[in-house]
Amino acid sequence: MIWNRKDILDIASLTVDEIKSVLDTADGLKEISERSIKKVPTLRGKTVILFFHEPSTRTRVSFDLAAKRLSADSVSISASSSSLVKGETLIDTARNLESMKPDVIVMRHSSAGTPYLLSQKISTPIINAGDGMHAHPTQALLDMMTVREVKKDLNGLHIAIIGDIAHSRVARSNIIGFTKMGAKVRLAGPPTMIPMGIESLGADVTYDFEEAIDGVDVIMMLRIQKERQRNFLFPSEREYATRYGLTMERMKKAKPDALIMHPGPLNRGVEITPEVADHINSVILNQVTNGVALRMALLYLLAGGVHNASDH
Amino acid sequence: MRLIIKGGHVLDPGNIDAVTDIIIDNGVITDIGTFANDFSEKEFSDLKNIDADGCFVVPGLVDMHVHLRDPGQEYKETIESGIRAAAAGGFTAVCCMPNTHPVNDNRQVTEYIIKTAAQFQSVQVYPVASISRGLNGHELSEYGDLKEAGAVAVSDDGLPVSDSQLMRRSLEYAKGAGLKVISHCEDLTLSSGDMNEGLKATRMGLAGIPNAAESIMVMRDIALCELTGIPVHIAHVSTKESVHALRDAKARNVPVTAETAPHYFTLTDEAVEKYNTNAKMNPPLRSLEDRDAVRKGLADGTIDVIVTDHAPHSILEKEVEFDKAANGIIGLETSLPLGLNLVEEGVITFETLIRKMSKNPSKIIGISRNIALGASAHLTIIDPDRHFTYDVEKGFSKSKNSPFNGWEFKGMAVYTIVNGRIVFESK
Repeated sequence: MIWNRKDILDIASLTVDEIKSVLDTADGLKEISERSIKKVPTLRGKTVILFFHEPSTRTRVSFDLAAKRLSADSVSISASSSSLVKGETLIDTARNLESMKPDVIVMRHSSAGTPYLLSQKISTPIINAGDGMHAHPTQALLDMMTVREVKKDLNGLHIAIIGDIAHSRVARSNIIGFTKMGAKVRLAGPPTMIPMGIESLGADVTYDFEEAIDGVDVIMMLRIQKERQRNFLFPSEREYATRYGLTMERMKKAKPDALIMHPGPLNRGVEITPEVADHINSVILNQVTNGVALRMALLYLLAGGVHNASDH
Repeated sequence: MRLIIKGGHVLDPGNIDAVTDIIIDNGVITDIGTFANDFSEKEFSDLKNIDADGCFVVPGLVDMHVHLRDPGQEYKETIESGIRAAAAGGFTAVCCMPNTHPVNDNRQVTEYIIKTAAQFQSVQVYPVASISRGLNGHELSEYGDLKEAGAVAVSDDGLPVSDSQLMRRSLEYAKGAGLKVISHCEDLTLSSGDMNEGLKATRMGLAGIPNAAESIMVMRDIALCELTGIPVHIAHVSTKESVHALRDAKARNVPVTAETAPHYFTLTDEAVEKYNTNAKMNPPLRSLEDRDAVRKGLADGTIDVIVTDHAPHSILEKEVEFDKAANGIIGLETSLPLGLNLVEEGVITFETLIRKMSKNPSKIIGISRNIALGASAHLTIIDPDRHFTYDVEKGFSKSKNSPFNGWEFKGMAVYTIVNGRIVFESK
């Protein structure tokens, strides 16, 4: 297919064909990272700005490596090092960046909707690397890539997403993405962490962990954030681990070959026990590996690489 | 200066409902009746004829809830620009909320507002002073002084009075001082969000504000009203639970009154789509069910008043991340047309609309809006058939934060008359 989309703002706006196209492209590019010389000239002369207004290690390094492996020049800006701390508005900062003629801006921001705001104000393609509690499309795409790699087809799979759904942009994007690709998504977590109306995205909701993972093909655990304790969302890590942590015992409820996933960073011993995190069925590190290929694919598609990158 | 308003449908709910003429002399209505063409501008050099054929002539509209931002935030609005916007919207009087800089919690600020407004000889401005000193929620402002200076009511609008004891004492003390109390109902421990809690907020990844954040405080204020027997006026009602609580209270003859704003009976939280900060306000736009409950409350008398909650903000506060954007929208120039939409849709009658935009608010704040011999001539002439497209750039407000920009409307104020002076005349 011919790629026409300017920005990657969320999963909801992508078509099934576009998602397949991204995943196919990423599959093709994955091999580049296995080479001893991990670089192709595809995006030589292109510039990628990594505009991270919220702390990130994994996602930022992943995008940075993705750009470099395609020979694009990448520049990284964080909130503390940008003029945002000097009182410049976000739009002014973005317009200044645009004036330096980058080919793609990758942005992460703690406020939901900021990639939309920017996409209306500047013409540079924008990839949303996570906005508030709203969306994290590249995480969902790399998760779909990882599952598809093992299960071959997403259609008809049962996916359980467990934990703090309310505050998770990863959960929102994965619910929409996997559902779009024909999988069935089940959610579980304490009622304080299940947001109103989430079923409308196409997921089934339960408060019972074991019911949620009964017979599923994939278990995706979400990170529990300690600071949520202050908002009365859960009483203690101990109780959370007891009721909503993924243990070897609980895993037995899922299919024997069920994949274990987690967007990271892990709280070992809270939402996931160390044995499960390191289990043979765990694809947590495959997610990270695939993240680079997936982001290479998006940069390639948006920065207008002319040739099929997998030819290199 | 004399005015003759000819051939209009004169409607003052409860007083007059007839196609007739009105003569105004020296700011006072001196005659009501049908006159032949006895008066010509040639004979009387100071006479102006207004042809009101096909129009309604109604008691001057009153908006008892606006923010004029002056003193302190003149880049958003000034008393002058706010008055001009009010006049253009058909309003003959507005009550301005005290969250200025400095806060209107003292005689000097109240006097400044009244003096500044008076020099334009236009829309009347009645200041609402703060319930608590500096809006701090801990100590009473000096109501006696404020009343003397010209304030008509007190409110901490923008912020709730979280301390129930302070709210009780405010009601009691305000009664003694002759001031009305207007309550912004919000439980701050529940309301830390950026839009209505629900499906839309979940999809957009924005923190939600539940209906209960409002209705809990509405119920508390009803309880305090019942306890003291002193009237309280509930500001900007947005939820069905608040409407239900008010309806029940009124059935028990609790002396509570309430207002809502056009955006709450017109829009829902769907308007926040694409993170539109001009659909961000507090209380937030609610669900369709809430919107319809508010409409029902207007129709059955549960909600007494339509206000704008005119809240000017510049793009500095609005063209930013959604969660950092300021709450509120301007509304003076769209309130009457949106109210007329309710009439068009059969939700309320035209007469009811005039009660809610003139008779009821004037009664609550203690001013008069009557069409009668000897009454001060505060009148709004409305052409119910005039079509127009609202262009915020051509509006009189200094700020442009309206979700109704580009809307097509039918019906608008064509003349606004205060003390017998034409303060607005549509082209």
